Amino acid sequence: MATLAERVGSGTLDHLGYVGGLNLQLWKALKAMPTALPFVGNRHRWKASVEQMLEIGVNAFPMVALMALCTGFILAMQGASELRRFGALHYVIDLVAVGFTRELGPLLTAVAVSGRSGSAFAAEIGTMVVTEEIDALRVMAFEPIEFVLAPKYLAALITIPCLSILCNLCGILAGGVFMFFSTRLSLLLYFRYVLSSIVLHDVINGLIKSVAFATIVVHVGCLEGFRVRGGPEGVGRSTTAAVVKSTFLVIVADAVFTAIFYFTGTQ
Amino acid sequence: MSAISVRNLVVEYGGRRVLDGLNLEIEQGETMVLLGGSGSGKSTLLRHIIGLERPNSGSVVVKGTDICHCSEAELNTVRRSMGVAFQSAAMFNSMSVKDNVALNLREHTELAEPVIDLVVWMNLAVVGLAEFGDLQPPELSGGMKKRAAVARALALDPEILLFDEPSAGLDPIVAAELDELILLLKETFHMTIVVVTHELPSAFRIADRIAMLYKGAFLQVGTKDEIRNSKHPQVRQFIDRTPDNMATAASIAAEFQKYLESPETSE
Repeated sequence: MATLAERVGSGTLDHLGYVGGLNLQLWKALKAMPTALPFVGNRHRWKASVEQMLEIGVNAFPMVALMALCTGFILAMQGASELRRFGALHYVIDLVAVGFTRELGPLLTAVAVSGRSGSAFAAEIGTMVVTEEIDALRVMAFEPIEFVLAPKYLAALITIPCLSILCNLCGILAGGVFMFFSTRLSLLLYFRYVLSSIVLHDVINGLIKSVAFATIVVHVGCLEGFRVRGGPEGVGRSTTAAVVKSTFLVIVADAVFTAIFYFTGTQ
Repeated sequence: MSAISVRNLVVEYGGRRVLDGLNLEIEQGETMVLLGGSGSGKSTLLRHIIGLERPNSGSVVVKGTDICHCSEAELNTVRRSMGVAFQSAAMFNSMSVKDNVALNLREHTELAEPVIDLVVWMNLAVVGLAEFGDLQPPELSGGMKKRAAVARALALDPEILLFDEPSAGLDPIVAAELDELILLLKETFHMTIVVVTHELPSAFRIADRIAMLYKGAFLQVGTKDEIRNSKHPQVRQFIDRTPDNMATAASIAAEFQKYLESPETSE
């Protein structure tokens, strides 16, 4: 009995410690963020941020777009097979449009970015820990959070919402293609229906979510990197942990945000 | 005033005492070698001297600043007068050798780019790598990487230069080249140099004084002749390369006999 209590206790403490570490890192990153901004900050950090934007955002676009097209198509087909029985095929448009802007766009993007970039952050920073590069940075009077994390965070905060919007567009486009082939509904008319079915709140809620997901993916990925101890095998372990934990936390955060939006009536 | 003074430094990791009340004065312009076997705490001592970790009690005073009890900003000021060459060289793999050396100059000084180029070239020339500036760190051999790390440490004209295991993993010729480089730096720039090593030939070649560490405490601190002629049994053991009592054929047989006669095996 005592051992069970001990294990529950120490497990809880570990998780609390992890969340504490995440929050501390987030606070430090927010304080270091101004250095990464253009004009007012350090131009080297801004340059690094732009490079990260290309890596996190531009290079991820083809993959995110393809995922969104497939998911949009799947959603439309699954919805149509049920809705057709009630003669309500045109509700497929609402399903795809609202489903993507509120939910699937930000979520798909976050999962894709966590797999592509979250793992890359953990591996990059973890390797820097193992090869003493992080120590070298500190000895050279650089703050690793400012030097390594801030550009990534700024880049993610800008590119992930943009990617989410593009993801929404691709998903909705796929729905339009489905509607065209199944009911000969013209794309122009389809998009007119889409615009009438979504409201500004849906888009804003989606963007709020994607900013939160960007924060989770970057901070979990980087924290896993900074926590690497031991050697190369530690890097492998934390790369895996970065993807698993950030995907998990993204979905938990999604549930929390959706609940908040639902119960405050902004949805 | 001594360049570095370590006062009553106590460090514990998880209840185990790694450094046990160390006192050491390193004078301006001398080469101090911290000599000791694996696990003697010499690398831990170095990490505290460069302010990467804070001790449980005691202090390290570098050029009049107590770096264990000062603000991050003061610590960074002290760090700009220190150069550190890490054991694994810790070159930033994402930048060319030239950019590695220039990093400190670009970020911490207002020098124009042509001046930075000149300083970088001079520093690379000092370590004999003037033609290799455009290579990436992974393209360098082990010895070249360590020399490049020295060039980077020299960039801001430090008064104190610290080396962590400069000859570890190098063949004798390259290790000797590094020793000569350290002597050259001392002669040309009159730097205070601290070297952590377990290599006897290298220690006796470069040192003014040697501090012999054993299980977290200094056995003896003295000039190299004093150490060479030391009567202290553990110092003698290190210098004469006498192994500790390890397993012998007879002791293994005795252990086996004991195992056979133990109650668990006779049941």
